[in-house]
Amino acid sequence: MKVEYQVPGGDFDRAGEASANIKKLLQRIGIPADVIRRIAIGTYEGEMNCLIHAGGGRVVAEIEPEGTVIIISDQGPGIPDIQKAMQEGWSTAPDYVRAMGFGAGMGLPNMMKCSDDFNIQSKVGEGSTITMKFLYK
Amino acid sequence: MVGLKTVQKALQAEVLAGAQYMDKEAEMACGADLMSDVLAFTKRKTLLLTGLANMQVVKTADVSDLSALVFVRGKEPTPEILAAAESKGLPVMMTKYTMFEACGRLYAIGLIGCPPKGAEERR
Repeated sequence: MKVEYQVPGGDFDRAGEASANIKKLLQRIGIPADVIRRIAIGTYEGEMNCLIHAGGGRVVAEIEPEGTVIIISDQGPGIPDIQKAMQEGWSTAPDYVRAMGFGAGMGLPNMMKCSDDFNIQSKVGEGSTITMKFLYK
Repeated sequence: MVGLKTVQKALQAEVLAGAQYMDKEAEMACGADLMSDVLAFTKRKTLLLTGLANMQVVKTADVSDLSALVFVRGKEPTPEILAAAESKGLPVMMTKYTMFEACGRLYAIGLIGCPPKGAEERR
């Protein structure tokens, strides 16, 4: 099963719809709660990144019998130094985002920790794509 | 493990949403205004104490499978936030105590903190 969601740019109140819907879908098909939690957190972090840094983006979930693949893509500014962006605590988020409880530089490392396989592709001026694989066992 | 009703009593808290789910228990607790930390360091069935009253707190609680929310120092969430919590089956309480005082009171009745690294990490 493949589902797709748009992440609206700049709309904090609507952010998180993709992760909430994917969570519900996975609950309905009986995926273990701890796996759903990892998928929901990884997806939510990605949604927030799209919203904060890229003016929106797209979330695709491929729900398969053995696991789920989440692909989060945007056409934002891209990440000049991925190694730096993967460091805990490193962030370029503006102050208003921090005041909302985000932008602590934990998002990308947390997405990597939650997933069984993590890949990030980014090109300055073109955008970023993150692919996370989650196994049910 | 501490029942939510015991938490409510210890904090003299008011239940603002999800009253029908107050029979649940909290395995541990986390005090944070930084949702990034909540997403990175909590485990399932964690009780979150926070002074941040926005919609992202409910969304963070939902994706993280938290057991309940406590807004500290009398912070009152908007009706929209409470409605979102209600629809997700998430109990919401409000206490007059400050973050420090509220955490101290819960620690004193046996509620433990989350370990610094999430247990469900794969790496």
